[in-house]
Amino acid sequence: MRLYLTFNHKNVREPLIWKLAQEFAVVTNIRTAEVKEDMGLVGIELKGKTDVVEAAVAWLEQHGVHVEPIEQSVLEG
Amino acid sequence: MSIVRALKCRECGSEYEIAPVHVCEFCFGPLEVVYDYDALGEGFTRELIESRPQNMWRYKELLPIEGEPTVGAEVGFTPLVRAKNLEKVLGVKELYIKNDAVCYPTLSFKDRVVSVALSKAVEFGFTTVACASTGNLAGSVAANATAAGLKSYVFIPHDLEVGKVVGAGVYDTSIVAIEGQYDDVNRLCSEIAGKYPWAFVNVNVRPFYAEGSKSYAYEIMEQLGWKAPKHVVVPMASGSLCTKVDKAIKEFVKLGLVEDAGTAIYGAQATGCSPIARSVKEGTDLIHPVKADTIAKSLAIGNPADGYYANRVMKESGGWSEDVSDQEIVDAIKLLAQTEGIFAETAGGVTLGVAKKLIEQGRIPRDESIVICVTGNGLKTLEAVQDQINPVRTIKPSLKAFDPLAEADLAANK
Ligand SMILES: Cc1ncc(COP(=O)(O)O)c(C=O)c1O
Ligand SMILES: [Zn+2]
Repeated sequence: MRLYLTFNHKNVREPLIWKLAQEFAVVTNIRTAEVKEDMGLVGIELKGKTDVVEAAVAWLEQHGVHVEPIEQSVLEG
Repeated sequence: MSIVRALKCRECGSEYEIAPVHVCEFCFGPLEVVYDYDALGEGFTRELIESRPQNMWRYKELLPIEGEPTVGAEVGFTPLVRAKNLEKVLGVKELYIKNDAVCYPTLSFKDRVVSVALSKAVEFGFTTVACASTGNLAGSVAANATAAGLKSYVFIPHDLEVGKVVGAGVYDTSIVAIEGQYDDVNRLCSEIAGKYPWAFVNVNVRPFYAEGSKSYAYEIMEQLGWKAPKHVVVPMASGSLCTKVDKAIKEFVKLGLVEDAGTAIYGAQATGCSPIARSVKEGTDLIHPVKADTIAKSLAIGNPADGYYANRVMKESGGWSEDVSDQEIVDAIKLLAQTEGIFAETAGGVTLGVAKKLIEQGRIPRDESIVICVTGNGLKTLEAVQDQINPVRTIKPSLKAFDPLAEADLAANK
């Protein structure tokens, strides 16, 4: 799954992607990243079994990371 | 003759052959259609364009299709209205409304993007087209697909206004409402788009789709007498229209069809969903996603795909961005209706509301040409104003009943 992760001022300093790889059997492949003092945006590919990837996404969301498909907003006016 | 050169990544510059793809394999950046303008030669002139039928395809060399359009051949060339009454109210010298509230066939500027997307989908050999939409896009895809003999799926949030549901469902389309939060709808639709072999207009054919918006700005310039305006105020959801207005103006300048007027581009959002406006006002370039809460549902995109690029267009062109509250939106819808006789949807209320604010702030000068982009029709968002119109007075069918009413109006000097 190809995703954009948005980190906020609270979690932007935490090593969440490292923790994610420790907790779940997913291959993380960062393709783009921009990190500032109070927010970060990371384009990442997560490879693994579908249910594991889904669990990994849920874990990220629990940790306050905003997760979106790289398509971002698919819904339009 | 097509002068399309390739799809190019906006981030890393990698180029791709023309195909139904929309993100860069290397960096996930969005792909954009790029052209070989030199290949146009001397032949692409004002006279040539003027000699063609009055629709958006009179600029077909600058749209990414091969040959003639197969979908939406009649779309575009909506009125550019000189807004004399509104000029007085706002205290400005030269104001225009580009009125896509009457765009054919579904009364929003989405017909422009959809006709390009579906013509391209036919070229690629797709037989089913799809979209995820809060209304205008759904109606446009459904209508244009039906007319072109394409099968269509339109996905909508489950709590949409009646006018928009009926305005899509009435065509021969499969309409699917999705339960859940905004993010759930998005996630599901991007998965559907990845799995089914369809032309998803705002996913895999998005680079072509988005180019259709340029025709809106080409028309403005032609209708101004081959001039670029000094100031344009554009509504923003994903931010795509904003970037394409800028691209269209730059193309016409480059091709010598208009002189460079140093056009400043201003983006308009509703305060209840203003991630792009906020990024401009706060001077950041990353867009913080928001949860949308506004009556301007057609602009309610919390994580706008082109937000970053729209932000850059506004900064680099010397424009700015503002946002308005739901009440200001309603007031602006009424102001436009009661000065110019144009009934815009909530997005139009946002645009005029923001234009008014920017004029009052002195960000848009009062003595230069201003174009306000009205992109959708008020009949689709009746909910927004139904409680705020002039009171309806019901009487018996007799002169006796009407006379006192007329006398009272006269006395009140109405
Ligand atoms: C009426 C109307 N105006 C403007 C927009 C803004 O479009 P964009 O996503 O290109 O910013 C939309 C659609 O999203 C719309 O429906
Ligand atoms: Zn790239």
